[in-house]
Amino acid sequence: MTLLDDFLWRAIFAGLGIAIVAGPLGCFVVWRRMAYLGDTMSHSSLLGIAMGFLLQINLILAVFVVAALVAILLFLLQRQKQLAADAILGTLAHASLALGVLAISLMTWIRVDLMSFLFGDILSVEISDLYLIYGSGLIVLLVMLKIWKPLLAITANEELARAEGIPSVPLQLIFMLLIALIIALAMKIVGVLLVTALLIIPATAARRFSKTPEQMAVIAVLIGVASVFIGLFTSLEFDTPSGPSIVISIVLFFFLSFILPAPKTYVLR
Amino acid sequence: MTTMRTETSTGAEEVRPKSALEPLISAENVSYHASGRQILQDISLTVARGETVTVVGPNGAGKTTLLRVLLGLISPTSGRVTSKPHLRIGYLPQKIHIDPVLPLSVNRIMTLTGSFTQEQIQAALEETGVSHLNGQSVFNLSGGEFQRMMLARALLRNPELLVLDEPVQGVDYLGEAELYELIANIRKKYSCSVLMISHDLHVVMSSTDRVICIDQHVCCQGKPQYVCNHTEFQRLFGRQFSESLSVYSHDHDHRHDISGNIQEKNQ
Repeated sequence: MTLLDDFLWRAIFAGLGIAIVAGPLGCFVVWRRMAYLGDTMSHSSLLGIAMGFLLQINLILAVFVVAALVAILLFLLQRQKQLAADAILGTLAHASLALGVLAISLMTWIRVDLMSFLFGDILSVEISDLYLIYGSGLIVLLVMLKIWKPLLAITANEELARAEGIPSVPLQLIFMLLIALIIALAMKIVGVLLVTALLIIPATAARRFSKTPEQMAVIAVLIGVASVFIGLFTSLEFDTPSGPSIVISIVLFFFLSFILPAPKTYVLR
Repeated sequence: MTTMRTETSTGAEEVRPKSALEPLISAENVSYHASGRQILQDISLTVARGETVTVVGPNGAGKTTLLRVLLGLISPTSGRVTSKPHLRIGYLPQKIHIDPVLPLSVNRIMTLTGSFTQEQIQAALEETGVSHLNGQSVFNLSGGEFQRMMLARALLRNPELLVLDEPVQGVDYLGEAELYELIANIRKKYSCSVLMISHDLHVVMSSTDRVICIDQHVCCQGKPQYVCNHTEFQRLFGRQFSESLSVYSHDHDHRHDISGNIQEKNQ
């Protein structure tokens, strides 16, 4: 695979894989108002990276495991009603971020370029990462396809869906694990701090042009794909960091969505 | 955590015909506590086939919690809920908020948890008088249209029991009467039972078979007439108002204070 020997092509393929998976997942993050939860999970990535270095395992796997644990912890904490969800999220987000930075700085025997983890690094995408992104990405998409309808039902109205026999707890847990996975996969592309942007901004930008949930997911994918191309070429051209470049491209689509006229038949109240 | 929800066995003695008295769902001595606070206390009730039962009670009486326990959405702290096996329930929660960020059409709402043909959907919407809304976004609907859509959605499941939590919320005054009329017609046509919470005591008293008045515990239950004249009901809703609802009013010779004790004798 000579094509994939080139770092730019590896970056492009990695970015495309992520954008395709992030579209439908991101829509649910937006619909379920979980943007801050995504943030909290991605902030825990740094702790995952530290663990990965410490145990010498694949960093994506390590980040996935830590993010999944944080997700489950959040899920359990949210079942008690005394503390507000945002307070719990904020606490866990910053606790895990601080813990991650601390752990990395204590491991003096390895040199870690913190900036590349925080904001992404196209140079660091390897062929093995591509296999992981496409392999796991396929699994995420297949699972999403399988749970799409019931997840949509509990997202529209959980009480009603449960009364009609949809099991909400397992669906929520599965969805959180999928988010943990995409966060781990996207880390190298856009960086720990900007992963959530890849999930929520394409979906948000797609809203005005969508009449159905599925349309919104497809448009979010298209916006994500276009932004990966624009972002990476900007990054190459102007020597800017890849993650922020991609995110800024998505944000441009977001603002464009306000300027472009929305389809007439669909007026939001 | 063990679930208290059980289904009655379909034993040999159950071969009796589907008479008007077949119980669809019942609660036995149900209590519910949440964060140390008692919300329901020792409530027993039954809804039989074909019956319309209305739950009334002041704010915070636990009406919605009672419905949620009956539906199996929460488990009672003690007591148990029994329902007919494979009971088909159509449920309208109290206030359904659908986030506008999720693009949903009326048509799509109808198939969120089930699969129905376009003909079935159209027929259900016609039944509740909103078939013209089929292709529209749910965010453009008025309160009354929304409730009619949700009612149509419940009908698609061909319910044996309709559970309605304040069905006329967000509906204007004229629409209220029409909606109650629609519910009554649906009940006749589908011969289903209705269990609803309502604040609209005038409607309750004229169109329901049985009223259950709760304030954490069951204060009184029975035919509307009986409940209207019950001292507990009068304590909760005011004597004069209660009597204005009742067809055959009669005077009590005493009043109760806030804890139900006899306070004074009428002259």
